[in-house]
Amino acid sequence: MSSPTSSPAPTERRVVQIGPFHPLLEEPVGFSLGVEGETVVDVDARMDYIHKGIEILAQQRTYDMLPILLERICGICSVTHSVCFCNAAEDLLQVEIPPRASYIRTIIAELERVHSHLLWVGLAGHFIGYNTVFMWAWKYREPVCDVFEMLTGHRQNSALPMVGGVRRDIPEKYFDEARKTLDMVDGKVQMLTDAVLDDPVLAARLKGVGVLTPEEVMAWGVVGPTARASGVDTDVRRDEPYAAYAELDWDVCTTPNGDVFDKAVVRLLELKESIKILRQCFDNMPSGDLNLGTLHMPRGEGIGRYEAPRGEDIHYLRSNGTNMPERLKVRAPSYTNIASFKASCIGEKISDVTITLAACDPCYSCTERAAVVRGDGDQPERTFGDLVRLSQAETRRLASEMGRLPDLQLK
Amino acid sequence: MTSSTPLLVRALKKSPWVFHVGTSGCNNCDIEIADCLTPRFDVERFGIKLVGSPRHADVMLITGPVSQACREPLQQAWLEMPRPRAAVMIGACACSMGAYKDAYSVAGPPDKVLLEVDPDAKYIYVPGCPPKPETIVMGVVKLLGAL
Repeated sequence: MSSPTSSPAPTERRVVQIGPFHPLLEEPVGFSLGVEGETVVDVDARMDYIHKGIEILAQQRTYDMLPILLERICGICSVTHSVCFCNAAEDLLQVEIPPRASYIRTIIAELERVHSHLLWVGLAGHFIGYNTVFMWAWKYREPVCDVFEMLTGHRQNSALPMVGGVRRDIPEKYFDEARKTLDMVDGKVQMLTDAVLDDPVLAARLKGVGVLTPEEVMAWGVVGPTARASGVDTDVRRDEPYAAYAELDWDVCTTPNGDVFDKAVVRLLELKESIKILRQCFDNMPSGDLNLGTLHMPRGEGIGRYEAPRGEDIHYLRSNGTNMPERLKVRAPSYTNIASFKASCIGEKISDVTITLAACDPCYSCTERAAVVRGDGDQPERTFGDLVRLSQAETRRLASEMGRLPDLQLK
Repeated sequence: MTSSTPLLVRALKKSPWVFHVGTSGCNNCDIEIADCLTPRFDVERFGIKLVGSPRHADVMLITGPVSQACREPLQQAWLEMPRPRAAVMIGACACSMGAYKDAYSVAGPPDKVLLEVDPDAKYIYVPGCPPKPETIVMGVVKLLGAL
């Protein structure tokens, strides 16, 4: 190491900065990889670029406006967040929505899962330099978006869910067209699945990369397809059914190995299940009311759970009896999945990190519910202890303002 | 666009390379931009190519309101782009802040943020939440016509 131009010794530790604007990232996010030679020894993420303060905005919107705002938490999970909020509000109200509304919610939720998983399959292909898969998957995602547009009037943001049901009906005259499109997409998904399973290059590239063991899944609280790829059998749609899932015939897909290959396979298998659910919904669509009309929101709190394409989404809603929520807390699935990078990326080669980072289908705009305000130096102004103290003070303030909640019961 | 020659502008119109900056949107517009590249729309037919660095780009596609954390990175990326350069504000948030008008952590719409460092910045708006890929393609074509 006598001259400054000589290459560093392989054991010397360097930091590789990825982002915030990076061609591989749709959204701004900063990753710092600590590397020794080619091996990643540490990973850290800076996650405040997309923080928009939606939870505060949600406290300034009425319950009728909220599903439309919450669709904008994330572009791909737009049905996720609005239906999850409705689940929370209906948990607070202790009401059942009409059967037709629950079927409509299931249809838009599964259409969203199909286009989201196809999108992920394409991006995963792009990340490993397999652009044919990228083009294929996105080509066959377009007809799914078309079906979504035919049924709801928009390619992603349907604005259909509302507390107590759905806002509008979906036209049954397009069901035949939708069935035809699903048949076509089903065949193409089978083609993609066969291509992925049979391709020796993909197997060599992805098997054994970014492995999450079932123990790590439990320790990091990983949810959704990322957990199911490690053999952890968890799915909110089956464990705590909402919408119409309890009445339909479908399976939870799991794979045993927990590597990136299995994460791709589990998503492709889920696509087939989603198409199966959609066909049943189109065939058994009940008639009847769409929503419960105007509802008065009492004091209390409710929790909504929802199986997003990326895993379990949780909304916590606290109402003080007015037409706006006192507090709405969003815990998106990517929040826990991104933390598992500490388990899946460390020890990998740097060229495998991109696909490992992408394998949990991270969605940063879902995740970024907190911003760190930096001071003059490079140190965050707020430490974790400060945040805990602030949070406790906020709870005390709310408790003194609201008084005790008489109808609050732990379930 | 004072420093650009007619030749440079003509060359830009033939094959505009675009750089995509998501400045804290909900990533719906970002997905629709990626959609433009895939077989149904395939803007590479027109020489429009998504590149990995602002230094290689002619047109910047901006989505979302600009959060305070994204403000400086956006201005830095804009100044790195060679002239002649132009921007397309894609989506309701980038045009007018959309649903995040009252959000506390948002520094402003991207046009104001760009004008802070470059008073000559040229840009157009493509409204929609999100705009359909057809609309985005039309927006870029209109921008090239206006140069």
